[in-house]
Amino acid sequence: MNREQELSIDFAACDGHGLCAELLPERIGLDEWGYPVLRDAAIPSALTDHARRAAAACPVLALRLTSAARGARRAAPRH
Amino acid sequence: MNPDTTTAFAAEGIRVPSGARLLHGWFATGRATDLTEHLTRYGPAPVTTAPSSLADAVEQAGLTGRGGAGFPTGRKLRTVAAQRGPAVVIANGMESEPASRKDETLLSLVPHLVLDGAVLAATAAGANTVHLCLPRTRAEQARRLTRAVDERRHAGLDPVDIRVHALPHHFVSSEETALVNWLNGGGAKPMSTPPRPFEKGVGKRPTFIANVETLAHVALIARYGPDWFRELGSPQAPGTTLVTLSGAIRSPGVYEVPMGSPVGQALAAGGGPTRRLGAVLAGGFFGSWLPVPLDPAAPARGAGVLVALPEDACGLAETAAALAYLGSQSAQQCGPCMFGVPSVAEDFAELAWGRPGAALLERLNRRLGLLPGRGACRHPDGAARLATSALQVFADDVHQHVRYGPCSHAHDPLVLSVPDARPPAEKEWR
Repeated sequence: MNREQELSIDFAACDGHGLCAELLPERIGLDEWGYPVLRDAAIPSALTDHARRAAAACPVLALRLTSAARGARRAAPRH
Repeated sequence: MNPDTTTAFAAEGIRVPSGARLLHGWFATGRATDLTEHLTRYGPAPVTTAPSSLADAVEQAGLTGRGGAGFPTGRKLRTVAAQRGPAVVIANGMESEPASRKDETLLSLVPHLVLDGAVLAATAAGANTVHLCLPRTRAEQARRLTRAVDERRHAGLDPVDIRVHALPHHFVSSEETALVNWLNGGGAKPMSTPPRPFEKGVGKRPTFIANVETLAHVALIARYGPDWFRELGSPQAPGTTLVTLSGAIRSPGVYEVPMGSPVGQALAAGGGPTRRLGAVLAGGFFGSWLPVPLDPAAPARGAGVLVALPEDACGLAETAAALAYLGSQSAQQCGPCMFGVPSVAEDFAELAWGRPGAALLERLNRRLGLLPGRGACRHPDGAARLATSALQVFADDVHQHVRYGPCSHAHDPLVLSVPDARPPAEKEWR
């Protein structure tokens, strides 16, 4: 069973609050204007709890955690 | 009735070039095709064909979208047809790419091929409504299309309802989700997905969106079949496509060429360059610069736009101007776009006209790396692609500008026709 999940950011909803980067620095940094940079969308089971907390903390629910797509990864990850 | 035969339709003495399919009527008569002439030449659209046969024909023909993304049209039709409930068709005639004129030209010369295609797509996709979207800046064209639709209604031609709309003309307003947004009562701004339009679009219904040129090809494929369509172009890139040629070209304008034509051949259709070229912009403001000498094998990709840049023009200045426009056209919804694209534009302006240093190049490259994939639509991606290709193709000019400042041509009048870089006011999105 594939336990991997992946993060995605809805940039239209995102307002640059930055809580995600505080709670999940392993995956999320901030650009010079305070918007999230997703370094790697893949979330292994070890990071799942942290990722879930980060997604729940977003005031506008712009950070989403979903099951990783089965099969080949997309060539250009949306982050 | 083979539309490639010059003798069947051409008026006395007029030679219809082979390969003129969409533009056949124009070459044959020298004027726009009205409904009577359209019906004489083509007969009515075969709307009673079984929907799955139509989708089959389009799929076998290998037609891909002519709006820039190049997605297989048959597959798109099937996907929408497979959704539950009645669907909706949007015919995208917005053409917000400043260097493109093909859709405007097509709608002017053969509106009924576009409308036939939209209606056929509707029957194939299980839709009962077609929305033709045009920009408000082409209000006269919208009026003429409305009259064309009325004429068809009086003739009882179409089993579906066709509505013509005039939308805001902004650069990102031609994006698929922007059209859905506007038709749903919102602004002509792209929306985040999911859901994608094919699942839930206009009125929450499955929505099939196609460029008007794509629909015109559908209208011909439905009549003449996939084998006919594949007689031109290549197996991987079948059919013909419209390209808009501008810049240092003998006869700028809109031409119909086989898909997959090398760039040099497409330029030759317009009489070729008037001077020695420095580069060619392929795909318009959303595309990329190609170096010269042109790779003889590389086909022209993107939304059929080629701008020939003479070698004495400053590619960095042209790109800086285009980026300033793109920066002004952000829908202001996504931080990385509304801050990132104008910042890249500022950096590029410094590179083109200021006193750039190594630090500027480093900052520009860093910012460019942060544009792709960080927005609700591909506007920042397109800006990054244009800028990155400029830094590669005009690398020598970058060196010169960094060492000596603006070159002697940096302030010449632009070859590119760049619209005003004025950000739209909020109410202008509706």
